[in-house]
Amino acid sequence: MAGLSPEEVGIVLLSLRVAVVSVLCSLPIAILVAYVLARTRFPGKILVDAVVHLPLVLPPVVVGFALLVLFGKRGPIGSLLNDWFGIVFAFRWTGAALASAIMGFPLMVRAIRLSMEAIDRRLETAATTLGGSRAWVFASITLPLALPGIITGVLLSFARGLGEFGATITFVSNIPGETETLPLAIYSLTQVPGGDAQALRLSIIAVVLSVLALVTSEWLTGRATKAKSDDRR
Amino acid sequence: MIDVDVEQQVGSFTLRARFTADAPVVGLFGRSGAGKSTLVNAIAGVTMPRRGHVRVDDVVLFDSERRIDLPPQARRIGYVFQDALLFPHLSVEANLLYGHHLRAPAVRFIEPRHVIDVLGLARLLPRKPGALSGGEKQRVAIGRALLAQPRILLLDEPLASLDVPRRMEILDYIERLRDEFHIPIVYVSHSVAEITRLADTLVVLSAGECVGVGDVDDVMGRIDLKPYTGRYEAGAVIESTVVAHDLDFDLTTLAFAGGELTVPGINAIIGERVRARIRARDVSLALDKPMGLSIVNVLSGRVTAIREESGPVVDVQLAVGETVLTARITRRSLVQLGIHVEQDLYALVKAVSFDHRSTGYA
Repeated sequence: MAGLSPEEVGIVLLSLRVAVVSVLCSLPIAILVAYVLARTRFPGKILVDAVVHLPLVLPPVVVGFALLVLFGKRGPIGSLLNDWFGIVFAFRWTGAALASAIMGFPLMVRAIRLSMEAIDRRLETAATTLGGSRAWVFASITLPLALPGIITGVLLSFARGLGEFGATITFVSNIPGETETLPLAIYSLTQVPGGDAQALRLSIIAVVLSVLALVTSEWLTGRATKAKSDDRR
Repeated sequence: MIDVDVEQQVGSFTLRARFTADAPVVGLFGRSGAGKSTLVNAIAGVTMPRRGHVRVDDVVLFDSERRIDLPPQARRIGYVFQDALLFPHLSVEANLLYGHHLRAPAVRFIEPRHVIDVLGLARLLPRKPGALSGGEKQRVAIGRALLAQPRILLLDEPLASLDVPRRMEILDYIERLRDEFHIPIVYVSHSVAEITRLADTLVVLSAGECVGVGDVDDVMGRIDLKPYTGRYEAGAVIESTVVAHDLDFDLTTLAFAGGELTVPGINAIIGERVRARIRARDVSLALDKPMGLSIVNVLSGRVTAIREESGPVVDVQLAVGETVLTARITRRSLVQLGIHVEQDLYALVKAVSFDHRSTGYA
């Protein structure tokens, strides 16, 4: 990458890795949760809905602290994962990805759920009478028709992941080369004398990345919408 | 053979429908709100009735006592919805084959090529549903249901969202597929014209109950059902074969068991079977063979029954060969001509009394 120091390249790649991994890992769960919220009724649904939306309304620091308590090496979930699978989140880049995933989750679920709710449910009924099992109807009808919402959800969550600060720094701290993503690096640079110039460079990179993500998603959404309805006469 | 007995509560509406019917086309007739869609949904398995059973050709699809409730995907009922409901993201071809791929090869007896031919879909295959007209959408929807290899075809007001010329076109297609595929059809409608043209057996639904079941003309002629069926022209349906076209005068000659009929030109090839409906009020009676008359159809027959209606009219039933015609005349004519059962006389039918709706493929 032209004009970037190896250090800066490392920061950008780490940020991208954290954002991409967080989106890829949370997407299947988000689709499932969105489907359940859009298509089923059960007691306590409002509670599930509230929990999903919690990261959106809580201060990020609180989310980060909660992650630290639950997923820390001695936390109830963190210790289990470590013992059984050898997965460690605390103070690793995987922890940064987890924090991003949690923070972006409500945005993702919301976008997907809205597009699922907009689908005429009788299309699914029609597919069932034609012989489709529930799982097949979901894969062949619901999922493709919800594609614009899925793309939007992915973008929102990806952007949220790139910009994640509060929960990340609380949960996995600011470790250069391991958990120091773009926002964290920019913040550190603004805290040292003479770091402004480099902070500006990194900020410009952040802007470019965000715009690129936005344009890509608009393009994909346009294609998906066009494929869905073709041109109506 | 379809055997339905279901009880279901939807909000404050109670459906308590019971009927059995064995006919190529069963018409399910009722005004809006009579419970037609609720009944159709229960047959298709989209909703679950509280009690009862649904059987098609000895296959139990639902039985509350035996705790059988096949899910819709296992019922093999070709449900065609009012507004087609094609999958917008799939091409016409992919829509057509959606159900075909899901059925085991062992149960496949309807071939895609056959369906595409009969419904005239070849030209549409690569298109997306968004680029189809209403009539084309409905044809694709019917083809899609057929290719899911159904035990019966359930058509729920398939013409409701179409304009009048399209309706005629789709009716023609429905008649054609009835003859080509031999799948029993349940045709749901609130239109007397559609139902009487297509159906052999009629089920009348009102306020969630089946108030009448039987042959179309029997049911439509029943005075006690008038409040549900509305004003209906008594008449006879004649199964006939096209024998000639008079292109100069745009007339078609139909042969039936009992004679020949001349009707305004219809779009059918010679040898094709056609169903013609003769309304009772379009039939006049004469004691002797009339001469110098503009009426082209003069059929000789024998009176089999006289049905007294209230007021000034009577319905005279007469056998023309093996076909039964009904003539609606005034009571005074009956008395003056001294018409009685077993009498031989002539029935006169104006050719122009056959409109576009009264002739169609049989």
